[in-house]
Amino acid sequence: MASIQEIQAEIVKNFSYLPQWDERYAYLIELGQKLESMPNEYRTEENIIRGCQSLVWLYRECCDGIVSFQADSNSLIVKGLAALMTQIFSEQPAEEVLKADLTLFEQTGLNKHLSAQRANGLMAMIDEIKAFAGKCAAGEA
Amino acid sequence: MTLNINKIRDDFPILKTLINSNPLVYLDNAATTQKPQSVIDAITDYYTRYNSNVHRGAHHLSNLATDAHENARKTVQKYINAEYDHEIVFTSGTTESINLVAFSFGEAFVNPGDEIIVTEMDHHSNFVPWQMLCDRKRARFRVVPFNENGDIRLDILEEMLNEKTRLVAFNHVSNSLGTVNPAREIIKMAHDAGAAVLVDAAQSIQHIEHDVQALDADFYAFSGHKIYGPTGIGVLYGKEKWLDAIPPYKSGGEMIDLVSIEKTTYNKLPFKFEAGTPNIVGPIGMAAAIDYINALNFSDIMTYEDKILEYGRKRLLEIDGLTIYSNAKRRASILPFNIAGIHHFDLGTLLDSHGIAVRTGHHCTQPIMTALGIEGNVRASLAIYNTKEDIDALIEGIYKAMKLLGR
Repeated sequence: MASIQEIQAEIVKNFSYLPQWDERYAYLIELGQKLESMPNEYRTEENIIRGCQSLVWLYRECCDGIVSFQADSNSLIVKGLAALMTQIFSEQPAEEVLKADLTLFEQTGLNKHLSAQRANGLMAMIDEIKAFAGKCAAGEA
Repeated sequence: MTLNINKIRDDFPILKTLINSNPLVYLDNAATTQKPQSVIDAITDYYTRYNSNVHRGAHHLSNLATDAHENARKTVQKYINAEYDHEIVFTSGTTESINLVAFSFGEAFVNPGDEIIVTEMDHHSNFVPWQMLCDRKRARFRVVPFNENGDIRLDILEEMLNEKTRLVAFNHVSNSLGTVNPAREIIKMAHDAGAAVLVDAAQSIQHIEHDVQALDADFYAFSGHKIYGPTGIGVLYGKEKWLDAIPPYKSGGEMIDLVSIEKTTYNKLPFKFEAGTPNIVGPIGMAAAIDYINALNFSDIMTYEDKILEYGRKRLLEIDGLTIYSNAKRRASILPFNIAGIHHFDLGTLLDSHGIAVRTGHHCTQPIMTALGIEGNVRASLAIYNTKEDIDALIEGIYKAMKLLGR
């Protein structure tokens, strides 16, 4: 299993092949379209993360100190971002998720387009992932 | 006479901005409008030449600043045809103006069992302050619905009005539906029932008629930044009899007459409502914006904006699967829509990548979204400098986004 840093580096490399924002969004949309829809039984009220504009569902699991996530959104772009987050953080040791420094947004320039939009629920999703990793590492999840 | 739109566009320097190498297409005017150079210059001129506190200094600069600040009040008075300049209270914006009335009118006139009426299409800022007042005073909060076209149900309003109704608050133009409400008629109905009326003019002041005496509004609120002026300045107009009858809402310097340990008496209108050092430059910038509009012919502005609005509506309706949420009898400025199978946030984000600025979401009108059965939508909103070319760019951007999103 590649480390969190290795996966981030790979994603940054993929974005570097796409200089135009159109292409970058097309890539995110494609990631969103490819991400399997979450089974209905996981789309529960407690798995909802409310952004101002879009809904994100995050299903969390903790097993032997390893966290795994499934995510979905009603916005395709946010779903693409959710796909990136699950690629990076799913099937990783909770301790590593807690420590991880998410540099991908700055490195790809995505922060300039999306950071103002706390709206999109992405920040809330990252907070939730970190909080869950904390519980998992502490044996509380 | 017709407007010279190219000249007008040249007056707004920001319109020359490139976004991701695309020319800016600014269609988020209901959120805030751009500023002409004359407004920017008036603000710079104030800070460059005569920055000083108002109403108190006995020195040259203070007199210049006071004159400009008070002349701005007269400019607003004339623009909305108020009877007196002391009926113009400067606030931080529409929201503060409404909160002032909800508090002060509430203190003076609302008692347990009384009723306040708002509409289902009001912005949260003309909804929540009244809801809070009703909670505070154990009064009844009543909401008039709109019909399937987005027109207010006047028949239901008629039924709701009674001797317990203290005030009716409504927006002249809905920021979310673009409905132009029949203000004169609503005000007359409310007055016949003995109720006062507050008109939220945030989305009407820059687009349609705005004569407070012709409307017979008791209170009338708007923001400078939606009429090509700066942010942080707004207006509350109140009829003298009402402003005299309600208590101050903030206290401090400026709003007092005499202060002693036993008792404080209040300053005369409008200063009774303007505690503390005011936003001095705000009214100066706002007056420059009103002067800019006054130099054009307002009926030409209305005719031109209606033409672009109807063109936008026609072009949008050509798009397969597009629903437009503005269908009232009379409409202004707003083009709210969704496209089947596309999330509004995705569409807004992709339009932005082409330099097209729109708003997405619920536009601070969640009760409207609930009534429409949607979470949110995309809203394009027009101002005086928008053109058919802007609409064409929007339509082209939508087609590109649809393709990218697999539609």
